[in-house]
Amino acid sequence: MKDFGAAGVTAEAIPVANSSDVVSARQTVRNLSQRSGMSLVHQTKLVTAASELGRNMLIYGGGGVVRVAAVTDGGRSGIFVEFRDQGPGIGDIELAMTDGWTSGNGMGLGLSGAKRLVDEFDIETGPSGTTVRIVKWGR
Amino acid sequence: MTERVPVLKIGETLLVSIQTDLEDQMVMDLQEDLSNRIVDTGAKGVVIDISALEIVDSFVGRMLATNASISRVLGAETIVVGMRPAVAMTLVELGLSLNGVRTALNLERGLKLLRRLGAERA
Repeated sequence: MKDFGAAGVTAEAIPVANSSDVVSARQTVRNLSQRSGMSLVHQTKLVTAASELGRNMLIYGGGGVVRVAAVTDGGRSGIFVEFRDQGPGIGDIELAMTDGWTSGNGMGLGLSGAKRLVDEFDIETGPSGTTVRIVKWGR
Repeated sequence: MTERVPVLKIGETLLVSIQTDLEDQMVMDLQEDLSNRIVDTGAKGVVIDISALEIVDSFVGRMLATNASISRVLGAETIVVGMRPAVAMTLVELGLSLNGVRTALNLERGLKLLRRLGAERA
């Protein structure tokens, strides 16, 4: 997946250190997707995915930074969101992407559920942190 | 300290109308407040209005399901009302089935359903 975040000059960065920051991050995602003219259903799916990934980043990665940008690719326009933490990383990424699997007390839908709600999903993880990038294309 | 969601009592029913974007702590506080109020008031029914909620993620979804189970153990039925269509579509795609949670389209229908359930039980 393209690193839209690096190219997106309009990117907004929201540091996430507690659960009220997760609310701010998803409000930023909501505002930007509203402004981009995305349909309500698409907005709702994107904001829900951002909420899952933001919480994951906080609980398992100890917090980090969320970047949101309006992006275009060919004729399409959409919203890009990146979640970057400096946590311990995810040991078994395939297992973590499985529905119903959780290492915490969640429902095990965070990663797999969020992936279903967006058009593009990319995850990089290692001992120095995890980065998840998603894009929802508008309609 | 975070805001708390008010729990209102009308007869034998407790009414919770969620009007703000929920922080995780508010969700956990609500669970505790609601359980306590059911016991204190002997309420037979709980209606949770989520018509103002723009999203229901897995955390809030789990709270709704857990609340319904706790209430049932304490002798009260829970009805979740007012879910927006976009929220319903998202919940299903996310993989949340809200098992064991009764829902109704709006507050009026939710209260009607509670009365019917109460009548069946009596």
